[in-house]
Amino acid sequence: MPTLARHVRLRHDAARDQYVLLGPETVAVLNGTSAAILRLCDGQRSIAEIIAELRGTYEHVAEDDVRGFLSRMAARHYVEITDG
Amino acid sequence: MDSPFGLLAELTYRCPLSCAYCSNPVDLVDYGDELTTAEWQRVIVEAAELGVLQLHLSGGEPLLRRDIAELAATARDHGMYTNLVTSALGLSRRRAEELRAAGVDHVQVSVQADEPAVSDRIAGTPSFARKVEACRLVKELGWPLTLNVVLHRQNIDRIGAVLRLAEELDADRVELANTQYYGWAWRNRDALLPSRSQLEQAEEVVSAARTRLKGRMDVIYVLPDYYSRYPKPCMGGWAQRQLTVAPNGDVLPCPAAQTLPLPRASVRADSLARIWTESPLFQAFRGTDWMPDPCRSCDRKETDFGGCRCQAFLLTGDAARTDPVCHLSPDHGIVEAAVRAANDGPRELTLVPRPHRVGQP
Repeated sequence: MPTLARHVRLRHDAARDQYVLLGPETVAVLNGTSAAILRLCDGQRSIAEIIAELRGTYEHVAEDDVRGFLSRMAARHYVEITDG
Repeated sequence: MDSPFGLLAELTYRCPLSCAYCSNPVDLVDYGDELTTAEWQRVIVEAAELGVLQLHLSGGEPLLRRDIAELAATARDHGMYTNLVTSALGLSRRRAEELRAAGVDHVQVSVQADEPAVSDRIAGTPSFARKVEACRLVKELGWPLTLNVVLHRQNIDRIGAVLRLAEELDADRVELANTQYYGWAWRNRDALLPSRSQLEQAEEVVSAARTRLKGRMDVIYVLPDYYSRYPKPCMGGWAQRQLTVAPNGDVLPCPAAQTLPLPRASVRADSLARIWTESPLFQAFRGTDWMPDPCRSCDRKETDFGGCRCQAFLLTGDAARTDPVCHLSPDHGIVEAAVRAANDGPRELTLVPRPHRVGQP
């Protein structure tokens, strides 16, 4: 169950009309799909459920891409992945 | 033109510490007339509208402003991520809880060394024990903690012990930044600049710690640019990503830029948006058109942006020259001479402490 780390915030930035991820001394400007994945990281959905939900919106959702993205985000401490 | 991402709000230059490496301006007398609460709130709202996402509440010691929680709340209400950059003196439990409730997201606490005697000597006041206590409080309240350590000739040999302290305090990040020579640090440069062998040892310790702490703690190590081949990409380019507001409302593309012979810009006279987009100060070195050679014809000109304008000015008297730390700069000999002096065997140089406030020695 991926969830955003407690010390980061995901928000829409009106000035740039993009989603951004904010953390200590970091600003990550997100593309549409990255933002869509992170918005589903609420600690309630499993990775499989996130992928299923993305497939309702996007035509091509490669499972490996989503898993790879989430593990990169976890390595940078933006996302925590718990069992469940 | 891009919007700025970060605002460094230097709320006051008053400080309970008197570190000789401080980059605050030497003529503190010009900054005594501090912005009011309402003025700072206007600045924060204007910054948010301009696209600023990160607010750094700094100083001096920002906790000396009684209204800091109010300012943090304004930033939170406008979606900003707020960093408190503090000596931790004045961070009582009551104050910390108030700031947590006001939405401060992240706390950076400075220490001057790994143990009380050295840390207190460098800070100029008994403070180490209170800092350690405050770090524990920051963690207890659920904040991410960054430990900030400015490195120089008198503490860089203790970097291993500093890293162990950071680990013991369960810091999420540790920033080990070699001194940047502006303000009081510029005045004290020759006593602060480490030797090459000190730096080599420090780098070994940092690299081993990074391996050991991987996944647990981010270790940020800022090299001293005097020893680099190329200059630092100062502020990500002049007036590209960041802006600073000084205690008196002066707006600057970089916190050291108040020394440059350029027209002033102040939030007391103009809006932040107009200053960012149009002021002669912010336009002065924006982009690459201002560059002289060797920068103009260099393929790194969009990588390091010619280095630091303030450093070029301090070292050569001309802010529009290539940063002399670059080995390609015609003025590089100035930096080489300072480095040579720092490696000419032991030196006993006296540090000039910065005063706590105007009028105090």
